[in-house]
Amino acid sequence: MTPILKRPGAMKIVAPIACGIFMFLAWEILCRVTKVPIYLVPKPSDIITTLWTDGPGLLRALGVTLKITFLAFFVAVVVGVTAAFLFVQSKLIEASLFPYAILLQVTPVVAIAPLIIIWFKDPTVALVICATLVALFPIISNTVLGLRSVNPGLLNLFRLNGATRWQTLVRLRIPSALPYFFGGLRISSGLALIGAVVAEFVAGTGGTGAGLAYEILQAGFQINIPRLFAALVLISLTGIMLFLLMAWLAKLSLSHWHESELA
Amino acid sequence: MLMKAEPAMIEPAPVERPTPDADTVLYANRIEKTYPNGTRALDEMSLRVQRGDFISLLGPSGCGKSTLLKMYAGLEAPSHGHLRWAGADAPGKSGLKTAMVFQEATLMPWADVATNVRLPLDLAGVPKAESEPRVQRALEQVGLGKFGKSYPRELSGGMQMRVSIARALATEPDVLLMDEPFGALDEFTRNKLDADLRGLWAQKQGKLTVVFVTHSIHEAVFLSSRVIMMAARPGRIVADLPIDEPVRDEEFRLSARCADHCRDLSIRLLAASGGQLEHD
Repeated sequence: MTPILKRPGAMKIVAPIACGIFMFLAWEILCRVTKVPIYLVPKPSDIITTLWTDGPGLLRALGVTLKITFLAFFVAVVVGVTAAFLFVQSKLIEASLFPYAILLQVTPVVAIAPLIIIWFKDPTVALVICATLVALFPIISNTVLGLRSVNPGLLNLFRLNGATRWQTLVRLRIPSALPYFFGGLRISSGLALIGAVVAEFVAGTGGTGAGLAYEILQAGFQINIPRLFAALVLISLTGIMLFLLMAWLAKLSLSHWHESELA
Repeated sequence: MLMKAEPAMIEPAPVERPTPDADTVLYANRIEKTYPNGTRALDEMSLRVQRGDFISLLGPSGCGKSTLLKMYAGLEAPSHGHLRWAGADAPGKSGLKTAMVFQEATLMPWADVATNVRLPLDLAGVPKAESEPRVQRALEQVGLGKFGKSYPRELSGGMQMRVSIARALATEPDVLLMDEPFGALDEFTRNKLDADLRGLWAQKQGKLTVVFVTHSIHEAVFLSSRVIMMAARPGRIVADLPIDEPVRDEEFRLSARCADHCRDLSIRLLAASGGQLEHD
């Protein structure tokens, strides 16, 4: 039998878990030895306890944040891909509109969120718009890049065989663009979550529509640091899940041909 | 744009008339190519390609051989003079089926071999019931009958090139344009593919015209029924040599006759280039 770490693939799973366990143990021991007060740095065991006791409330908040994230991500994909297709149809459209796409990207969402929240009465709509603005640009720029990154030899081949614009788009440009598109998805899924949390911070929506950001704010005000950490853990885990989901989608559709997904 | 009118000449050049000769497949009449940046890719030249010829355009880099091939493919137009495809002024109007094989295999990495070979037929709207047997036949012709379901990345460079040739053959072309197709392969693979290509052409018994661009003198001599030797700066034809050798096999490749043809062509190119091949 080979040692577990030498087995192919095992290292990628075992090593980070071992590292994590070690860090949490060190954290727990350091907290116990130095007797840091719980309202400064809670022990991992405190955070786990809070996750258990405050679970229902935090999960409901997570549900709200997830709803905003997914709606925003979905809108960003639809709008972003549509915009990318428009941009590659004509240089004029791209030249006219691309600077404004960049404008959206460089304007901090915190700066425009108050305006959007005033304009749109429904908090969900306002938050989705904010998060969409954050997540949109990588989808546009990656998809445009992908639709343009076509092997010139294949383009000549299509021309020689009298391919129509539509045939070239469907059979050549879209498949060429897929790896770039999935790269954009990976970045945007994380950004949609960040956008949702930031927008919730600005909006400060409480009550039943409160998301995880509001829980963090509240926990901060009440110096309930274990609850703050618990909310943080949930946000991080959500981000990781989103990333893994996107990686899995990319693998599912590219693994049979693209270098990035070959074993 | 293709020029219908003859460019006004002060000194009468040897006239080649656009003839109704039924056996002329590709006809270049006093064509020139100058790029917008002033680069003169081709000096005035005329060339007639007969049906069933296997022609090599041979020459060093910058002699305009690839430019001429692209013009035959309709991907570029001459700056002066005109081209005719079986008498028509565009490849699409001639009734000739033209296929091109590029320097690289140029396969779609996301599609399996059969789908790649079927592409020109799909684009032309040929129904699958008809195209699939044609694809299989083309794959068998290049010795890849069992590889239809493979993906390009699973194949070697030589096999990928075979797929690319099968893709051209599947369209059952009258004219096959090849742009240094085996230039990137090792010598052994190249020799094998040369022999196979020559065999495929011979099978068609005068129905298939091949225009083959290469910078290998030996490859041109081995393959062709006629070698057009070109020189660079500006690109022009310096020799037009028939190779009258009925049998092209390993024995011919290594024979003194083959070497003599190569020597003859080398000397002509050197003489035309003033004794040196590169000069800037």
